[in-house]
Amino acid sequence: MSDTLRQVGIDIQESEENRGLVAAIRADNPELTVRHLPGLVKIQAAGQIVINRETVERELGREWETGEFQLAIVSFAGNLSEWDDDQIIVKWEH
Amino acid sequence: MTQTAPRRKLPLKERYALLTRDLDWDPSYVTKEQLFPYTSYEGIKVHDWDGWEDPFRLTVDAYYKYQAEKDKRLYAVLDGFAQSQGHLGLADASYLNAIKLFIQGVTPLEYAAHRHFAYLARYLEGPAPRFAALCQSVDELRHCQTQIHTISNYNKYYGGFHSWSKMHDRVWYLSVPKSLFDDAMTAGPFEFLISISFSFEYLLTNLLFVPFMSGASFNGDMPTMSFGFSAQSDESRHMTLGLEAIKFLLEQDEGNVPIIQDWIDKWFWRAYRMSALVAGMMDYMLPKPVMSWKEAFELYFEDQMLGGLFPDLEFYGIRPPRHVQDAIAEKDKLSHEVYKVLHNFSFAASFTTQAPNEQHMKWLAEQYPETFDQHYRPVWEKHHRIEANGGRMFFQGLPQLCQVCQIPMVFTEKDDPGKTSFRSSEFRDEQFHTCSEGCQWIFEREPEKFVQAWLPVHQIYQGNCGGPSVPEVLEWYGIQEGDNGEYKGSLDHKSWIGWHNGDVEQGV
Repeated sequence: MSDTLRQVGIDIQESEENRGLVAAIRADNPELTVRHLPGLVKIQAAGQIVINRETVERELGREWETGEFQLAIVSFAGNLSEWDDDQIIVKWEH
Repeated sequence: MTQTAPRRKLPLKERYALLTRDLDWDPSYVTKEQLFPYTSYEGIKVHDWDGWEDPFRLTVDAYYKYQAEKDKRLYAVLDGFAQSQGHLGLADASYLNAIKLFIQGVTPLEYAAHRHFAYLARYLEGPAPRFAALCQSVDELRHCQTQIHTISNYNKYYGGFHSWSKMHDRVWYLSVPKSLFDDAMTAGPFEFLISISFSFEYLLTNLLFVPFMSGASFNGDMPTMSFGFSAQSDESRHMTLGLEAIKFLLEQDEGNVPIIQDWIDKWFWRAYRMSALVAGMMDYMLPKPVMSWKEAFELYFEDQMLGGLFPDLEFYGIRPPRHVQDAIAEKDKLSHEVYKVLHNFSFAASFTTQAPNEQHMKWLAEQYPETFDQHYRPVWEKHHRIEANGGRMFFQGLPQLCQVCQIPMVFTEKDDPGKTSFRSSEFRDEQFHTCSEGCQWIFEREPEKFVQAWLPVHQIYQGNCGGPSVPEVLEWYGIQEGDNGEYKGSLDHKSWIGWHNGDVEQGV
């Protein structure tokens, strides 16, 4: 067991569509590190990253299903501890 | 039926439960053991298959909907690129050597994965992992097909792409990825899950694919970037399967822990050794390099896996892979040692190589301040001098191969970059050579398996590869004029210059 909050991360494809998604993730996770690589946005945070459907819908201005996240994600580091109709959470479990 | 108002959709969790677990049944006219004959002999104990969590909660209808959307987006990019002569916008034709290595080395593995996950989709006892394996089997076939489609466009204009499937079965450097997958496919279903789903997909796939696709983006190769990211989006599901598999097995029975630890120890090193080819490619084959092997290794492996994942697995009594410190110790050397071999032997490869130019060496020196100027720059300067006098050094002879990873014995001792690392073991009164502590440990754990390795150099000496001379072997490999050797002055290089000067017509 480690005492410090370990980093979790998500890599997202850089695209028009995903800009709103990244903005929503920024809004819901204030302590985010964002790094740009060619074609990629690399997001990291200590402890966990939360994606809320409602925030994404507000940013995109349309309905959004959490399943659509599969079209955006390239990779992740962590554990998908929640994925339902309203929320996706990536964090380490222990 | 008359049309009524559309019913509200069921919540995701409920839909997933109905469409996976609810479709399971108990056999009535055969026993469970007859239906699932392969899940007991590895010593793994599973008490309750319902303990399997699937965080993705993907249902079959959603799966096909999203995959179709991914393909639609990808094929739009491929068409646009082909229609606009996109290949002329690459950073340089030499960039495509990385893609040649990819279709020869990686694409056949996608197909092998497709086959083996279909097998798991039939033979695993739980409905949730069966369905996850079925999706992955379809994914892997999609990856294989999209890679062939994407790269076929380059095959119209450049050498080295034409016989990748045959070459995968025959050519010396391709026995490295092939033997890894053959090793995994000839293991039991649980070892396969730990080897491919966990050690390969979760621990190392980021390190292998993400910087590579970023490199494609940076070097103007939009189609490769697109199929890469499209495949990686499935990969995140595969990583989840790998992580879920390991946690499930560790939670099911205390007795599973040492078995799993052994497999992690073996498969981390197997997959890591194979990634050495990718290290050489990342640092040397991209005209516009984007991220060094060392940086990618630190970011994707040391930070994310050793820093994030393994503390999570410590809870179950799992420690980091046995030889992980050896991998960390050689991160400043690995890519250089491998590319020197590829450069020496590219007369017998289906890609071309060249010594890095001054600008590229400056970048390498920045990335590897501890080792490059001291150990590797002198080597490349020597090659430049040879070439300035009209020569080109190729190694004449056949290298000794490691019995386990099948890479030529070029790695050096942890504490001495000037000393080649040799290990040997005796089995049935014969000597077997390995390149490292890791490969030696793997050999001695299962010598009966690894003595059966199909080693390309041995096979040439035994007369099984077309004949005793280089031209005969190259013909048997399927290597044609223009596929191999030095890049400068090659057919690809000449075409590239001609197309850009306008004195060679496209497609002729």
